[in-house]
Order: sequence, then C-alpha cells, then structure tokens
Amino acid sequence: MADLQKLYDAVLNGDQKSAVSITKEALDEGCDPMELITKYMVPAMDEVGRRFECEEYFVPELLLSARAMKGALELLRPLLAASGAQPAGRVVIGTVKGDLHDIGKNLVASMLEGGGFEVIDLGADVAPERFIEAVQEKKADIVALSALLTVTMPAMRRTIEAFEKAGIRDRVKVMVGGAPVTPQFAREIGADGYGENATAAVALARQFVQAAHP
Amino acid sequence: MPRLDAWTSRGVVITDGAWGTRLQALGLEPGTLPDSWNLTHPELVLQVAREYVEAGSEVILTNTFRANAITLAGAGLADRAWDINRAGVEISRRAAQGRALVFASIGPTGKMLMTGEAAPEELERAFAGQAEALALAGADALLVETMSDLEEARIAARAALATGLPVIVSFAFDTGRNRDRTMMGVTPEMAAAEMRAAGVDAVGANCGAGIERFVPLCARLKASSGLPVWIKANAGLPEWKDGRAVYSGTPEQFAAHLAPLAEAGAAFIGGCCGTTPDFVRALVAAREAM
Repeated sequence: MADLQKLYDAVLNGDQKSAVSITKEALDEGCDPMELITKYMVPAMDEVGRRFECEEYFVPELLLSARAMKGALELLRPLLAASGAQPAGRVVIGTVKGDLHDIGKNLVASMLEGGGFEVIDLGADVAPERFIEAVQEKKADIVALSALLTVTMPAMRRTIEAFEKAGIRDRVKVMVGGAPVTPQFAREIGADGYGENATAAVALARQFVQAAHP
Repeated sequence: MPRLDAWTSRGVVITDGAWGTRLQALGLEPGTLPDSWNLTHPELVLQVAREYVEAGSEVILTNTFRANAITLAGAGLADRAWDINRAGVEISRRAAQGRALVFASIGPTGKMLMTGEAAPEELERAFAGQAEALALAGADALLVETMSDLEEARIAARAALATGLPVIVSFAFDTGRNRDRTMMGVTPEMAAAEMRAAGVDAVGANCGAGIERFVPLCARLKASSGLPVWIKANAGLPEWKDGRAVYSGTPEQFAAHLAPLAEAGAAFIGGCCGTTPDFVRALVAAREAM
C-alpha cells in the first residue's frame, strides 16, 4: 500500500520526486484521484501557506512545494478530466502593460496551480485587450493583475475600465497584487480583491470561486 | 589596507538618490527600459547625474541597473549590452568631472535560478559581460544592488570582483513582519557572512522599506560582516494620491536618520525609490551638523 501520509509530507517538504512516485503508486493501487488531492495535497499546501504566513517558509520553500504539487497534479489531471471533474477555477494572470517584471506574477501563478486552479499565464507587459481576449476565449472566472512599479499601477485601473467597456466586467472577479499595491488602491480602482502575497492570492481566489458556486 | 578606506576614512560618504523616478519626470515611459536612454537620450541621463553632483553627492551611480544581457534580451536589446554599459559610465563620469566617484550599478536579472528560469552559467556570462564593460569604461567601483537571492548575489559578486575593482553587494530586505528578510528569506546575517566569504569590500541594504527600518539592518550587517556598510533607503512608503504614487517621507525626516545610521556602521548613505536631489542636500546638511 502506498503510504499517503508521505504524499502530504512530500508536498509540504517540496519533494517533487517523491510526490510523483507516491502518486503513481497510489493510482496503480486504484486510489481515487480526487481523494489524493483533497485529503493529502490540498491540506499540505494549506500547511505550506500557514508556514509562509508564520515566516517559517519563504519564497524558495513555496516554489518547491508548488512544484511538487504540480508534478503530482499532472498525473491526476487526465484522470480527473476523464471523470468530468473541473479545476477549482480558471485564472487569467499577467503583469499589466508597461511593466516588465514577472517574478511575483510567476510565483502567484505557481501557487494557484498548486491550489488546483487552471492558470492561463499571459506573461508581462500585457495590454488590456489581451486580457479581454483570454477571458472570453478561456471562459475564465478570475483575472489576476500584477504590477511592481508605482508608475505602472494606473495600467491596472485602465485594464479594469477596458473590461467594463468590453462588457465582461461582471463575468470575472479581478484581483490585484504587487509590491506597491495596497488594499486601498485595489478598492479605488474597482478591483474585487487584493492579495498581499502568493498564499493570500490563492485564498482570495478560493473565496471568489466558493462565493460563485456555494 | 581595505580598498574603500581611502574614501571612507573621513566619515560618512553621501551618495545619490533615485534615478528612475527622475528619468520618468523627464519623459521616460513605463515599459521602456531606463538603461536604453544611455544611447537614445544621453543628455537627459546626464542631467539627472549632474543634479546629484550639484546637490553634493560624493558618489553617483550609473544608469545601468538593468543592463545585464538577460534583462536586456527581454527588451530586445541583448546586442547593445556593451554599448549601454559603457555609455552609462561615460555619462556619469562626465557629470562627476572628478567631483564625485562613479560606482557602476548592477541589478538582478529578474530570473529565478531555483525554478530553472535561467541557468547559473547564463547569469555568470551576463554579469561578467556587464562588469567588464563597466570596468573598462572607467568606473571607480562596482555596486551589485537590490539582490534577494544569495546564489545570484554570489555569482554577480564573483563576476564583479574579477574586474579587480572594489565591489559592494547590497540586498533588498523587504519581506517579513520586521522587513528584515529578502523576498527569498535571506537575513542580514546570512547575506553578510556569504558576501564576506566571497571577498567583497562592503555589504549593504537598499530599497525595501522606509529609512527607519535601516538602522537595525545596518547594525546587523556591520556586526556580521565587519565590513563597511552601504545604505540606500526609500523615502518612506508610496501612497496613492490623484492617480500617482507619492512618497510620504520628507528630506528632513530622511536626513534625521543619518547620525543613527553612521553610528550603526554606515559608511555610505544615500536614497533609493522616491528620493530626489533635495534628499541629498538634506543628508549633506545633516552630516555637517553632526
């Protein structure tokens, strides 16, 4: 029997190799993929998030855990899709126009994937029209906007305004983040939420999805 | 004798303030790499450098923070790395006219080693190329700044030291409840020990938080490294007013931290995001009053 507690440990410790091999073993033995995710992997990522909040974990540990989770999820996804199960939600993510920084955005994208979301990453310096296209094409639930520079923060506002003009504002939840972004700024520009860091962004995305499908 | 002593033995050296925000005020658009202006708008870059020399900066930096081949490649300028770095040093030297030293700026690549976004050899090549261009153009020292990953800092430090110039490595401590870790979780003690072992001439802290956070950071860097400390703090935290970012701190509030920083071991003091030539003038006045 696969020792599933070790799957939890592998995700928590960022050990991708073990996470993948235990998942394989468990699937061979006929374990339910959904159970692996909800009983072991998601609680492990929750614990990663808790340790990050307590400053026991920092960005490197987050990245390693997200990578371990992603490795295991890649094995499970085809099975879930075949059984008709949906991802936790679809998120279109990008750094706004004029801003070339992508470390923070990449980190949030990894953590969202680790949290079971399907992530459509548009990269950096993304024009509002590209966000709109992706939302329409991918039927996204959430748009995550990132900015590192104070001078590119107004592009967040312009992106949200473009959503209104395109008539898609009510179809998606918009969350914003990045070093200079504040909750007050998020409210001012009409975003639905602000994530202080990558784990807060995942919690926020989950709230959005749960509110939409209670 | 430690290589920076000739410059620091008479007390705290005042460096410069922010360049990016000054260049934006002169028309630099978001999304344009500031470093590209060394070739396209050298007279405006010179103007910013001159403003700092005239305000009393004894060390000015160069507009080369993002001029490593990896970051430049992202902006389609990979083949201009050599020219942009050389021009950056030449512009600052022209502004300094021997009245200020020119320390050439080397920033992070923006790629993460641990996720495999870039290989260590790529970073080595990028930093070595940049450091060599800056040294050949006549920089007095090299400043590796705003680092958050210890491995990237080590690679950059090694490349910079290979030029034979004095090297300062400065980290951005902007994470954690006390804002005393880098984004990658590095503490001042870890940074100081590693950089001392790497053989650099000074360690430092820049960007990150407002200046009040820098006094304990400075003391910790000093205690763990025994080296001169380089400090470049932000002008408080940005606040959002009428669609633009405004930094809350005044030059006088900023300069009030000069004496405590000097006491904590700072050898070089200047400003990062949100600071202007007025902040440099206030630092000079505060030093005279010491």
